[in-house]
Amino acid sequence: MECVSLPPFSRVAICGGTHGNEMSGVYMVREMQKQKVDKFGSFSITAVISNPRAVEACKRYIDTDLNRCFTRALLSAPITDGTPYELRRAQELNAQLGPKGSHEAMDLVCDLHNTTANTGLCLISYSFDWIGLHLYKYMQKKITSAPIRFFLLDMPFSEAYSQESLGKHGVSIEVGPQPHGVVRADIFNLMKEAVDQTLEWVQSFNSGTTFEGGDVEVYTLEKSIDYPRNPETHEITAAIHPQLQDNDFSLLRPGDPIFMSFAGETINYEGKELHPFFVNECAYYEKKIAFHLARKITVNIPSLSVKMD
Amino acid sequence: MEGGVVHLPMLSRVAVCGGTHGNELSGVYLVRERLKTKKMVEEEDELVSVLTVLTNPRAVQQCRRYTETDLNRCFTQATLNHPILDRTPYEIIRSQELNLLLGPKGRPEAVDLICDLHNTTSNMGLCLIAYSDCDWICLHIFRYLQMQMPDIPVRYIHFDLPPKEAYSLESVGKHGFAIEIGPQPHGVVRSNTYTTMKSGVQHMLDWVRLFNSGTTFDGGSVEVYSMVKNVDYPRDRETHSITAAIHPQLQDHDFCLLRPNDPLFQTFSGDTLRYQGKEPLYPFFINECAYYEKGIALSLARRRCVMIPTIQMQRGLEHQEDEKEFMSEEEE
Repeated sequence: MECVSLPPFSRVAICGGTHGNEMSGVYMVREMQKQKVDKFGSFSITAVISNPRAVEACKRYIDTDLNRCFTRALLSAPITDGTPYELRRAQELNAQLGPKGSHEAMDLVCDLHNTTANTGLCLISYSFDWIGLHLYKYMQKKITSAPIRFFLLDMPFSEAYSQESLGKHGVSIEVGPQPHGVVRADIFNLMKEAVDQTLEWVQSFNSGTTFEGGDVEVYTLEKSIDYPRNPETHEITAAIHPQLQDNDFSLLRPGDPIFMSFAGETINYEGKELHPFFVNECAYYEKKIAFHLARKITVNIPSLSVKMD
Repeated sequence: MEGGVVHLPMLSRVAVCGGTHGNELSGVYLVRERLKTKKMVEEEDELVSVLTVLTNPRAVQQCRRYTETDLNRCFTQATLNHPILDRTPYEIIRSQELNLLLGPKGRPEAVDLICDLHNTTSNMGLCLIAYSDCDWICLHIFRYLQMQMPDIPVRYIHFDLPPKEAYSLESVGKHGFAIEIGPQPHGVVRSNTYTTMKSGVQHMLDWVRLFNSGTTFDGGSVEVYSMVKNVDYPRDRETHSITAAIHPQLQDHDFCLLRPNDPLFQTFSGDTLRYQGKEPLYPFFINECAYYEKGIALSLARRRCVMIPTIQMQRGLEHQEDEKEFMSEEEE
């Protein structure tokens, strides 16, 4: 297959605290700022706390979820007195790390997240950018301490809503399980391994390494399932079934248990064979998501090397 | 402990409380389930009357630990007597309402037993937490839960504080303990944790009914963990931000003996910090989310054996107990 060449990456951003209570990224960025990490070999690093007010309050967000504020429309919306804090902050971040879609944008934006779900290490990026897929291929060989998977957001650039879409290339690194507001050393260490490998990859790319393309197995969102709810109060009436709890990415078949009601009854899955993930993520209760369901697909990526002038 | 049976009054009124911390969801959903299937907040039969209470509804509604101040620190006698002013935090107003409903603390009208339901992000299994190591009701319930729930680690934690200084909800009742179950992230409900909580509450109520029917519960020896001290995270002197996480070898090892020089923390730059204490102690509440702001990375306890007597309910003792309460107040 043909080999694609791209210019070297000269500017990389590492972002933590996009959700203020996802602590691995917060402490990773703070440590990088404390050690004054601003360079790695041939490129510069900018370490950013994306949502400082939410970090200060140790909450996911103050007014609205920052990581849904990066669509083109929201980034160009006029700021008024009533504009939520996170919308203003998204526009500040767009000025610092973008502008999105322009020549001045960061070469790579790497956004750090945690989840209460048992996802292990999960890389997330959009289908219009296969740098994330190359990073995933690279990390699979280097990181053996935890399962690594890739979640592909299949939507066009114009609809991309999350922070990593500010850069020319972007990837989210999601590590779980960790309770929000808590920092676990093992999860922090896994996040650090993933960030270190990302930086090594960029350095290796800039130095002229050709990264072989090929087939990559990824998960892509099919649909989301909500909890059963009381029709009047909207309160949930069941929890994730013990046989599904902590089994992110294991195949779910029709007839498998998915919920157990608080009264003790089992509710079974009806539908196509799919892979559940983000099972029992704390922040998704309010988004009416008990778990996502994904298809496993194969995508083919070209070989990649740096464009030497 | 000499031989012979200790006779104790009937436990006529028991309160099951959840949502004292609004994001500790096992108790929230258990209380909601009990309120849903029983039409009244108070259900009564010939053996016992059980009150089911959602204690911090505002915090539950927002799925936060508290709205202004930690409700479960508002039950000292001083706070319960504090005058209510315009700016009085919601949780202090609420603690005084709960004191009227379930207390008043220290008075004969108080409920006989309060069981307050909590979750923790720490790997503590099921713990009964109480202020006394000689409250035979609490200790017998503990023993009964251990026997009825052999698949779950069940432990008793003792905080040594006199009643007036006792600051949490269960101190309002004549007897009381918290049931603490973890690990569970705050704001999340795990099915297995919920089922354990439900089972624990049911066994507790079964014991109360057995006790009130006149069953004799044999004495013996129980193991309790008595709180000694708290250990904070290492912090940056200027920002006060923590500079290390609980070490991977300590994380999730609640109640495993911590010896001098064992790893305690791992700094974010990768260094290991070790336990400097001279006495080996038992850690618990390791990496509890809500304790970062209280300056607690973990708590440390001594493990002791306590002898508990054989007990049996005897009617007519309630008034004797009341007299004892009055007398001790007069003496003060």
